[in-house]
Amino acid sequence: MTATSGKIRIACFGGIYNNYLALQAAIHDAQCRGVDALYCLGDMGAFGPHPNRVFPLLSEHAVQCVQGNYDDSIGNSLDDCQCGYTDPRDNHFAQISYDYTLANTSQVNREFLRSLPGSIRLEVAGKRVLLCHGSPRKTNEFLWESTTSTHFLERLADEYAADVIVVTHTGIKWRRKLSCGRHFVNVGCLGRPENDGQTNVWYAILEFDSSHGCQIEFVPVVYDYRRLAQEMRQQKLPLEFVAAVETGWWTTCLEVLPGKERRAGQY
Amino acid sequence: MTNASPPTITLSNLDHLWFQVAGTTCNLTCQHCFISCSPKNKSFGFLSLEEVERRLNESIKMGVKEYFFTGGEPFLNPQLTAILQLTLQYGPATVLTNGTVLKEEWLEVLRAAEDASLYTLEIRISIDGFSPETNDPIRGEGTFARAMKGVKTFVDFGFLPIITIARTWPDEEEQEIVNRFVEMLKETGYFRPRLKILPTLQIGAEEERTRGYFESERVTREMLNDFDQTQLICEHSRIVTDRGVHVCPILIELPQALLASSLADSNGGFALSEGACFTCYQYGAICSNPSSSSAIREAKPRA
Ligand code: SF4
Ligand code: SF4
Ligand SMILES: [Fe+2]
Repeated sequence: MTATSGKIRIACFGGIYNNYLALQAAIHDAQCRGVDALYCLGDMGAFGPHPNRVFPLLSEHAVQCVQGNYDDSIGNSLDDCQCGYTDPRDNHFAQISYDYTLANTSQVNREFLRSLPGSIRLEVAGKRVLLCHGSPRKTNEFLWESTTSTHFLERLADEYAADVIVVTHTGIKWRRKLSCGRHFVNVGCLGRPENDGQTNVWYAILEFDSSHGCQIEFVPVVYDYRRLAQEMRQQKLPLEFVAAVETGWWTTCLEVLPGKERRAGQY
Repeated sequence: MTNASPPTITLSNLDHLWFQVAGTTCNLTCQHCFISCSPKNKSFGFLSLEEVERRLNESIKMGVKEYFFTGGEPFLNPQLTAILQLTLQYGPATVLTNGTVLKEEWLEVLRAAEDASLYTLEIRISIDGFSPETNDPIRGEGTFARAMKGVKTFVDFGFLPIITIARTWPDEEEQEIVNRFVEMLKETGYFRPRLKILPTLQIGAEEERTRGYFESERVTREMLNDFDQTQLICEHSRIVTDRGVHVCPILIELPQALLASSLADSNGGFALSEGACFTCYQYGAICSNPSSSSAIREAKPRA
């Protein structure tokens, strides 16, 4: 992408986890803000209801997608989501949504998931942008704010020759300024709220212009979470997941949270 | 089966830097301690604040992601709180402790240090069972109660300690044992306990307790085909002791495991010739925190 009229803005969505209602709201929001392109960093499935409803939105609005660990699993009909949980309770719930998502994702959509690239590289206003899922080096690597040193991110930026690295996978947004005007950003996710007691979800807009480099803005997305919760109940998905949607507090998969992030939540 | 030419692992990235911060000095003498730490074992010494600072600065250009502190018992090092305060300016820190030597004033300092930092300070407390009857025969008389008091103290200061348990029970009893343990923790006031179960390593004192490794229990080249090498600590970690930089926290006593005096020079290959390597291979990730579990998994700590 090259700047024709000064600024270029791209919207980056994190994991969707079947939350097509939040995806719809986020796409609408980004379009209203006049972004130039839409990207999704992967994990279309998990957690929410009606997996097939995500895909028409992605294609209709030309959202370019990276393959997440979940997409690799569903696309290739693997046995589990590769999130790597070890807590039996986490695994139990994760498996219920995985089996549900696998059973309810059409062959065509599985093929689409299988075909997705592991990362996308862009050149925007002279900046080398690397979109990936967990980290540039591993799809299911968790990069949390409190467990990722700045010099580690500098090393990733050097090794992967990127000025801006954009990831998701953890579900909680954060960003770090690096040397030489470089940036790292975890955009959070659209699929579920970020364990802060709020029901909204988040995405990020990256704005590039040749004089100011890259500016990152996190954008809250308010969507019809009550409807999502209702559909999850109708689909007999775990009530623990429904609670997370309705309360904004994570009730499962807490084991992978670092102490600092865990303390910020309720459970 | 002999293993004349064991496979060699080289360091891909120095993600995890360990510090043998208390050397081999420990107030306890657990039966399974794989480097046989004790109050009198001075074969490795304390690391000073200056030494740790020098290594932290060295670690920047290596791109280290997280720092780990072990011993012996880290809190026996009088400079530990200062060391952790400093480390939290560089990156996330994890301390592996037995939880039995704590002062409230240290925890006040650590609470403030973590609050002021971008990074998490993880506390890992080791115990061996959910009761004195199961824990104390292994770790020593009265250690269960003392460790539980330590857990409570950390919780009172706003930490969520990760309780690590070396597996000393049959697999089929695991779920029940874990459930009882969680109940017990909740009764002591730790309402969202974090647990990590580790395999025991059959070296050091553990060797006398059960048995050593059989000759056949070695990692072979064939075994590494299709194996995710990032599962091995030595693939992405090094440990600093008062002697230099060693390949991994498990084998510090092995002469050939002392690789170099600087971090930058310690990235050479290491032959997986030890029985302990076989456990690493089997169990993977016994040392890392669950927050980096799927990417990097590691082997047994010894706090
Ligand atoms: S004991 Fe484990 S970490 Fe250490 S060298 Fe052997 S395989 Fe690597
Ligand atoms: S296992 Fe830990 S607490 Fe026990 S003697 Fe060894 S270093 Fe000390
Ligand atoms: Fe993911």
